[in-house]
Amino acid sequence: MPEIIKNGRIVSDDWQVITLPEGETAATIALPAGRVIVPLAVWQTRREALAARIDLGEIGVWLDGTEDPLAIAADLARLPVVAIRFPKFSDGRGYSSAVLLRQRLGFGREMRAIGDVLRDQFNYLKRCGFDALQPAEGRYSRPQLEAAIASLNDFSQPYQASVADPKPLFGRLSRAA
Amino acid sequence: MYQYDQYDQQLVDERVAQFRDQTRRYLAGELSDDEFRPLRLHNGLYIQRHAPMLRVAIPYGLLSSRQLRKLAEIARRFDKGYAHFTTRQNIQFNWPALEQVPEILAELATVEMHAIQTSGSCIRNITSDPFAGVAGDEVIDPRPWCEILRQWSTFHPEFTFLPRKFKIAVNGALEDRAVIRAHDIGLELQRDESGETGFRVLVGGGLGRTPIIGEEIASFVPWQHILTYCEAILRVYNRYGRRDNLYKARIKILVKALGIEAFREQVEAEWAHLKNGPSTLTEAELARVAGHFVDPAYQVLPSVDRDFERRQADSKAFSAWVNRNVRAHKKPGYAIVTLSTKHHRIAPGDVTAEQMDQVAAWADEYSFGELRVTHEQNLVLADVRQADLFALWQQARDAGLATPNIGLVTDIISCPGGDFCNLANAKSIPIANAIQARFDDLDYLHDIGEIEINISGCMNACGHHHVGHIGILGVDKNGQEWYQVTIGGSQGNDTTLGKVIGPSFSASEMPDVVEQLITTYLARRHADERFIDTVRRIGTAPFKQDVYADRQPQRKVANA
Ligand code: SF4
Repeated sequence: MPEIIKNGRIVSDDWQVITLPEGETAATIALPAGRVIVPLAVWQTRREALAARIDLGEIGVWLDGTEDPLAIAADLARLPVVAIRFPKFSDGRGYSSAVLLRQRLGFGREMRAIGDVLRDQFNYLKRCGFDALQPAEGRYSRPQLEAAIASLNDFSQPYQASVADPKPLFGRLSRAA
Repeated sequence: MYQYDQYDQQLVDERVAQFRDQTRRYLAGELSDDEFRPLRLHNGLYIQRHAPMLRVAIPYGLLSSRQLRKLAEIARRFDKGYAHFTTRQNIQFNWPALEQVPEILAELATVEMHAIQTSGSCIRNITSDPFAGVAGDEVIDPRPWCEILRQWSTFHPEFTFLPRKFKIAVNGALEDRAVIRAHDIGLELQRDESGETGFRVLVGGGLGRTPIIGEEIASFVPWQHILTYCEAILRVYNRYGRRDNLYKARIKILVKALGIEAFREQVEAEWAHLKNGPSTLTEAELARVAGHFVDPAYQVLPSVDRDFERRQADSKAFSAWVNRNVRAHKKPGYAIVTLSTKHHRIAPGDVTAEQMDQVAAWADEYSFGELRVTHEQNLVLADVRQADLFALWQQARDAGLATPNIGLVTDIISCPGGDFCNLANAKSIPIANAIQARFDDLDYLHDIGEIEINISGCMNACGHHHVGHIGILGVDKNGQEWYQVTIGGSQGNDTTLGKVIGPSFSASEMPDVVEQLITTYLARRHADERFIDTVRRIGTAPFKQDVYADRQPQRKVANA
């Protein structure tokens, strides 16, 4: 079972992230048993067919950088997890998607960063509302992952308001003139 | 100027620790080149032609004497004893070793400095008017706003991996000295009819490969809402700016593609959600920050100092310097002094460690311990008593910082170009120096009058060539260095982009070309007309004709 960082701790994780390999379509790709995080296209085409598994809380959705979180606004109550994929760590669209999911749409369950997820961005990811961080398989050894947890707190009192810090520094603490 | 409190200091210290660990992991092979690149760029560190280059932030161009002494120390300890002031009011060290950069950053942090976001695809150092707080035409002091924006943009969690770099400039005076029309966001401080402070907001300006003048997106955003308004712009850009093509990734391309109307609609729709949210500024926060920018303890002085007048009458050289390098101050008896870094034997913007120490001493003695960096790559002592000008001038002259050429032909803006920069098509410093050497005669220089020559080594336009009265751009033709010339560009309230006059020139032709352009101007100018005014009145054709008249038509047009 892969290990991810959830709420600042390393946990084993049994969600399987499903991707669409070439030649597969959203309509036909086989979904394994157990908990799966499916691409938005699979969710959109097979929502009805998957109703029973959705009710069991076995189905999550992941969004790509180009995919608008508003596309799942009406489904959020049925989703135990939404993942946002970073195709490259330097593609920052996922940060805005995350903020929209949390602040605009009020999503309160697990929000997970997947794809090219690196410890050097952990602090930004956390502040944009990610509570689960899943670096690519094999990117970090267990000791490296343990060390990486420290990066969550790279900046202890950031200036901005964010999902993690609802008020900006000037509203959070009193700053002497 | 702004002084850090414990939180500002903690953030900068934490940044040093973060980068120290990142550098360690990079050197240990735990971070790939690709993974490390944005991290080092976010700390101003480039890998350049000869060695790494470290760009240190000088927020909106403001420095204390203590900070300048630290920069001098760094130049000595970690570099070759000099550094380079840039067109974005920052400073660059050209020869530090990668392994030592965390140590340099730690040294900077001891004087409330850093290299945060001086490069990379993020919000860069906020730039502003070098005469903020002392200019007579100031409507509202931009410095508190720059500091508020600096804090908001530092480590912004949502906007640290934008499609491309993002530059914000703020102006608060009648005359725009911050080139706000050539920035991703240009902010112009204003008062509405009721006297409330707010901002006219321009968006999508920029030089570079596709030079575009910024367009107005909002005529007045009340001050409380400026952060949420900027946030709305940045969010639309972060989500929809192009990421597939580096050359089309700036916000100006998005604004052009959508049209300003549609772009405004998207921003307003986003803003509707953010407005009045937690990032709305408070009176208390504004007062806290503005409290750092109150006037120093000016003396009550007569508006004209007798002795100062006499000195000018006695010394032609002093009076020439006063005419060019000294500006009126808002307070009677005080003056604003620009120290020129421009001289034909050094690169524009280059200052030695020794000069830095000298300037720091003058700042302490004559100007309340502070100075500013201009985007023309000069240094400013903003609060000098008229009575001290003569003494200051004598020392500055001995230090090689008193060339009386501010605004004249030899006050050339130049990027580092091919001598240092990896991206360059051609060298720029030797071109600047050759032109400066040609116009060495001071009387001739003063007769020519105000003219701005800007040189960039490639179309990234760090030397702002598009807005130079004469713009010079290095181009590559079959592996050779050529120079394309534009005329008629200008910065300020009527920012315009220059027009290419024709086929490009070799390096050795450049002094002749500039001299010919100026000869044409001198022959055709009306009384009191500056070069740029003459170009505007008669167009580029007569200049073109004269420049190419006795040149062989051997050249082809280099890529524009
Ligand atoms: S204009 Fe080009 S050559 Fe000059 S500093 Fe910028 S990138 Fe380098």
